[in-house]
Formats: sequence, C-alpha cells, structure tokens
Amino acid sequence: MAELHVMRDDQRPPGKPVRRHLLSIGDLDRDDVERLLATAQSFGKALEREVKKLPTLRGRTIINLFYESSTRTSSSFELAAKRLSADTMSIKSSGSSVDKGESLKDTALTLSAYDPDVIVIRHPQIGAPQLVTRFTDAHVVNAGDGKHQHPTQALLDLYTMQEELGRLEGLHVAIVGDVLHSRVARSNIQALIMVGASVTLVGPPSLMPRGIEAMGCEVTHDIAAIAHADVVYVLRMQKERMEAGSAFLPSLREYTAMWGVTPERLRPGQKVMHPGPMNRGVEIDARVADSSDSLVERQVRSGLVVRMAVLYDLLTHGPVAIPSAVQEVA
Amino acid sequence: MSEAPLFVRQGVAPDSVVIRGARVVDSVEGVDQVMDVRVDGGVIAELGERISAIGHREVDGAGLTLAPAFVDPHVHLRVPGREDEETVASGSAAAAAGGFCAILAMPNTDPVVDSAAVLGALVEQALNDAVIPVGFMASITKGLRGEELAELAELAATGAAAFTDDGRPVVSAGMLRRALQYAAVTGRRIALHEEEPTLSGKGQMHEGAVSAELGFTGWPSIGESVMIARDLAICAYEGTTVHIQHISAWESVAELRRWQELGVAATGEASPHHLVLTDEAVRSLDSNMKMNPPLRAERDRQALIEGLKDGTLSCVATDHAPHARHEKEAPFEEAPFGVTGLETAFAVLYTKLVLPGIIPLELLLERMCQGPALALGMAVPRIAVGAPANLVLLDLEARWQVTEAGFRSKSANSWLLGETLQGQPRLTIAVGRVAHDLGAVPA
Repeated sequence: MAELHVMRDDQRPPGKPVRRHLLSIGDLDRDDVERLLATAQSFGKALEREVKKLPTLRGRTIINLFYESSTRTSSSFELAAKRLSADTMSIKSSGSSVDKGESLKDTALTLSAYDPDVIVIRHPQIGAPQLVTRFTDAHVVNAGDGKHQHPTQALLDLYTMQEELGRLEGLHVAIVGDVLHSRVARSNIQALIMVGASVTLVGPPSLMPRGIEAMGCEVTHDIAAIAHADVVYVLRMQKERMEAGSAFLPSLREYTAMWGVTPERLRPGQKVMHPGPMNRGVEIDARVADSSDSLVERQVRSGLVVRMAVLYDLLTHGPVAIPSAVQEVA
Repeated sequence: MSEAPLFVRQGVAPDSVVIRGARVVDSVEGVDQVMDVRVDGGVIAELGERISAIGHREVDGAGLTLAPAFVDPHVHLRVPGREDEETVASGSAAAAAGGFCAILAMPNTDPVVDSAAVLGALVEQALNDAVIPVGFMASITKGLRGEELAELAELAATGAAAFTDDGRPVVSAGMLRRALQYAAVTGRRIALHEEEPTLSGKGQMHEGAVSAELGFTGWPSIGESVMIARDLAICAYEGTTVHIQHISAWESVAELRRWQELGVAATGEASPHHLVLTDEAVRSLDSNMKMNPPLRAERDRQALIEGLKDGTLSCVATDHAPHARHEKEAPFEEAPFGVTGLETAFAVLYTKLVLPGIIPLELLLERMCQGPALALGMAVPRIAVGAPANLVLLDLEARWQVTEAGFRSKSANSWLLGETLQGQPRLTIAVGRVAHDLGAVPA
C-alpha cells in the first residue's frame, strides 16, 4: 500500500513560511496560485483514470462546516476530500447546536476536540473563518464568508480560464452584475489582477461599491463594454436585493433589459462564466447559458480538482511532486 | 447655562500633599514652570519654589509634568443594566487611572436614563461608589425613541448633567427643534449623536475603498455631515447651541466650522481612535476596530487633527464603550460597536500625535480638560491658589504595554491591546482626593 505523501518540514523549500490557512486570495502570491493550478492539473489527469481515488490524504480528517446553503461548494469539497481518501464530516447549521444558539467560538472549539486536519467553513458573516483560526489547530479554508471572499471559487475560475484559453496573463475579463453583494467578484478581481489579467466591472451604479477601482479594475455602467472582453463573467442577481425597501434597482425586468447578458450583446467566441446558481432569463439569457461558449459546467468540474489541490497543498505544506503521488495509484 | 452637577463618593476626607519639582503646565492660567504645588485639605494652597510641606505627604515630581486633570464628556458606564461590563466604581477607577477628574456617562442604558427614578438611583450609586466626580446625561427623548421629549426639567432638577440620545440620532428635525427650545428652561446642554439612518443603514464600517474590497456594508461620511448641517441650521434659527459628539468625517468638521463662523456657538468632540486610526485598521477584521461612527479615511483623520488644532473641535472624548468579551469575540458584523478608551486616551494621543510633533503637548492637555469642561458646562479644572485640586501628574517618559490584565475597567475591548505607549498618569487628584496613585517612579 502506498505511503502517505506528506512533505516533511525538512523537504520544504527554504525561506517560504508555512501557509496555515486559505482565508482570502490575499493570502496567496502569484507563485502559490501557479503551484495550486499546476497541482489541480495533475489531479485532473489522475481523475481521467478508471480508479479515481488517490490515497494521498488517507487518515486525515476534513470537516465541512456550512452555515449557508450550498450545493456546488459543499459537494465539491466533500468529493475532493473523498477522492484524496480523507475522512470527511459535513455539518450544517440547521439541525446542529448552532440552531440552539451556540456561538461560532464554541462550535469551533467543539469540532476541534476531534483534532481535524482541515475545517472548511462557509458563513454569512465576513471574517468568520478568521475567527475560527483563533480557536483551532486545524487548517481553515474559507468556502465563502459573507460578501468578503470565496477564494476557492476564484481559483477554480482561474483554472477554467487557463484550461480553456491557454493563458491568464493579458486576458481581459468583464465581470457583470451585482458586484456590491458579491464575494465571488471580490475574490476574482484580486486573483485576476494578481495573475496579470485585466478586469472591467459592468453593472448598475447602485450595485457597484464606491471605491472599488482601488483594487485595480475599471468600472463602467455600459453593458456594451463586455464586447471587448475575452471572458464575460456573469454574477448571480440575488432576488432578495430587489425586495421592497432595499431598492437597489427599480425592478428585475429593468435590470435584465439594461444588463442581462444576451446573445446579441456577445461576440462569437467570447467565453461566458457564471458561479451558479443561475437565474436564467434574469442576469443570463438561457441561450447564452446553453451555448458552446458557456463554461459553466467546466467551472463545476474545475471546482473538484482545484479543491483537491487546495486541501493537498495545505496538508503537505506547499510544493510537492504530484506526479509521484499519481504514480502510486497507477 | 448653569454648571453641570457631578457626583462623587461621600464621606471621603480630602487629601493634603506637596508635589515637588514637576513641570507645572496650565496654559489657561498661563503657567509653565518647574515648581512645587501644595494641596491643603483638597485645595491648592501654594505654588512656588521650595515651599514648606507643613507635614504633608511629599511626592517627588522631578522629571514629571503636572497639569489640570482631564475631563471626559463621553463615557459609557453601562449602568443600569450591564453591570457585567462596567459599573460606576470600575468606570470611575478606570477614569482616574487615565488621569481624569470628571466624566460624563451616557444614558443609553437598560433602562434608559429618561426618568427621575432611574437618574436618582444612578446619583445614589455615584454618591456611594464614584472614585472621581461623575455626571449623568439623561436622554432627550423617552426611551431614545425620538418620539416624545423626556421630562427634561425634572431630570435637570434630579441632577442630569446634560441631555443626549447618544447611540441614536434624533431623527425628526421637528423633535430636535422642540428639544432645543425646551432645554433652555433646564440650563443644561444638548449633545447630539449625528447619524442620518437612511444613509448609515446597516453600515459596518466607513464607505470607501476598504469597505469595497472587504465587502462590508458602508456607512458613508455624509450620513454624519448632512445631519450636522441640518441640526446646526436649526440651532442658528433658534439662537441656541449644541455639542456635537464623536465627529468622524471631514465634511462634518467643515460643516461645524462653517456654522461656528456664522456665529453658532456649537462645540465638537473627537475620539482618540478617530484621531489615530483609519479604516485601513479594519482589514484585520478585528472586532475591536468596530466603532460607531466608524473609523474613516486618512483625509477625515487629518481634518479631525486640523479641527483639534484650530479649535473647531475643542474636546477629546474617549467614547469609552465597554463590551463583554463574548460579545466582541464574534464575527465583525455580529459584534457590537464600541471600544474602551479611558485608560489609554492620554498615552495614545501623546504617543501618536505629540511625540511625532503633530500637535503640541499643551494643546492636547487643553483639549482633554478645559475644552470639554467648557463645552458641557462643567467647572474648569485649573492650577491656581484657592482652586479645588484637580491634578494629574504625568510621566512622559514611561513606556508601558496595553494588556488585558492591566485594565481597571471591567472590559478589555481596547483597540490598543498589545501596543506599547509612552506617557502615563502616575497620580490623579480629583476634587482634592488622591484617586489614582502609582507611587514613586521606579529608578
């Protein structure tokens, strides 16, 4: 049986601090991103084999702690852990002690008593993953915290773009829609700029955070601007934002008329992405969602290998020789 | 206007002491020289060189600075209701350790200080427990709801120092106008928390580049300044004045300055955290960086410093806001607004503003003492023969670390935990009583 492929401390390249957690794209530098994408690519190749399970994280425990509903992120983390032979446990806030008013601190302390290696957390409040790091020895991975960050989403989006377009440097990405409420947009702006892509934000002024240009992106309110992009990244329009009283927009109908991504607004060959779940007919026309230029399903596939890479990278303290891990299985 | 009443523990004898060889600084009295000060039975009896101790305790002030003790117009003592967070005893002890000889407590407690019954009980507590004189502000409107006036005249007669709905704005312009008119019969000031709620909304931090990046809902600076503009216009019309609490935005400073130039005798305060930090500090996601009003941008901070220098802002106010540990040990958005400040105010402003040469020491001393006393109608501490002894002896060389264990306050939600500060009150005398005493400077 194959040995565990955990890199010992003395095998780690000198000068690089151990990265304990993945809380924000800001925790990574460009080398880290490139290494993670390369690792994900190796896992992608491994998954093409008939037996998809790798023994790499056998004996490791990964807890998924989800305080918000999620289909793709939670299933993707769970499957990623299983493909790497880790033991996983998924906890949802409803039906747990959280329902009884347990504080995040106490939940973190309780789960940490099982000595997990990784806690993956999604939480509606900004900074919840940072708070958990104070009360656990486990590595913490942010699977989305409020409107703040969703770093694995940005990594899987980079991976998808690189696979599909062959490069990241110099790519022009238009992010369209409700930037104000979007952790996906914030993580993607940071990640895309880090790897040398350029970003244009397109959307209604009332859903564009004041001062967002300081992140290094362009801002426009004119949907025609998407014509210049290599990739059009469509954000989910959250219906609750249009409820009476919040009044960010007059109506969804008007949003769709002004900023909906339709075939007429795209050039042939422009790639279209969406973090899901989509509101067909609102922010994205069904014809666009189903077209051959839509990368939405590719994104979901990328999510699995990128999350495998993230878990692997954290638990093996940085760069590893992936091919050998793959060979063990082969 | 009449003098705001303050209350202190009864049955404590005044102290007699001689402080030798300190640099005595009282810019209002025009004093700045090394000399001895003798306090006889709580009253400053003699100033001069080598004065007789006549058997009093002698304190070596060599190398130290003696100034009128500080006055804080904005403190949350959390009583009644949250005695786990602070009490009159712990809050006044914290104030004494910070060099204060008088503080004003806010009425946003549970229950709200909006009736003579609640206020009377607080006065009673202060007469039993207050280490230094404490004044209690009462609310402007019942329950801070902004709907009906509290019984301001009866509250004043019971001992209210001033009126404020602090923690909340008086949303209705008509209600504020009535309050300003009616408060004239009480002889007490009105102090205002300025926030236009449809602009501040559920804002968690200053709206700007940092909130855009972090994703927090923004609390824009205009949410403060448009309310100040409205309220000062009402004051001008009514020919009256107000005190504006915890000003945070450059637009607010400009608005206050404009109305002062037009003849409105309004005053304003700034808090140490707004004078030292900007919204960049929120990147830490540390809930001890969460205050209302929020930390703003560098332009705002510079405007506050400018306002402090030119007198537009005549007061430093700590907005000392103790919170239980478990409430602050939560994600930023869930944590309550507010930080403690009584025990660090002088040291942090000395370290961050005076030592780098941004403002002179004399200005800081004035804005922490005479400025707030005059703004809220309190007796002005001064160093003069015949005046009650309200003195702070400062060691401007002492470097000390802010630690959770070091606080007299019952709460430790300080934005300065772990920081090393320079400048320390070694001795505080309030109404003639030694209220804080670290003893001799270690050799």
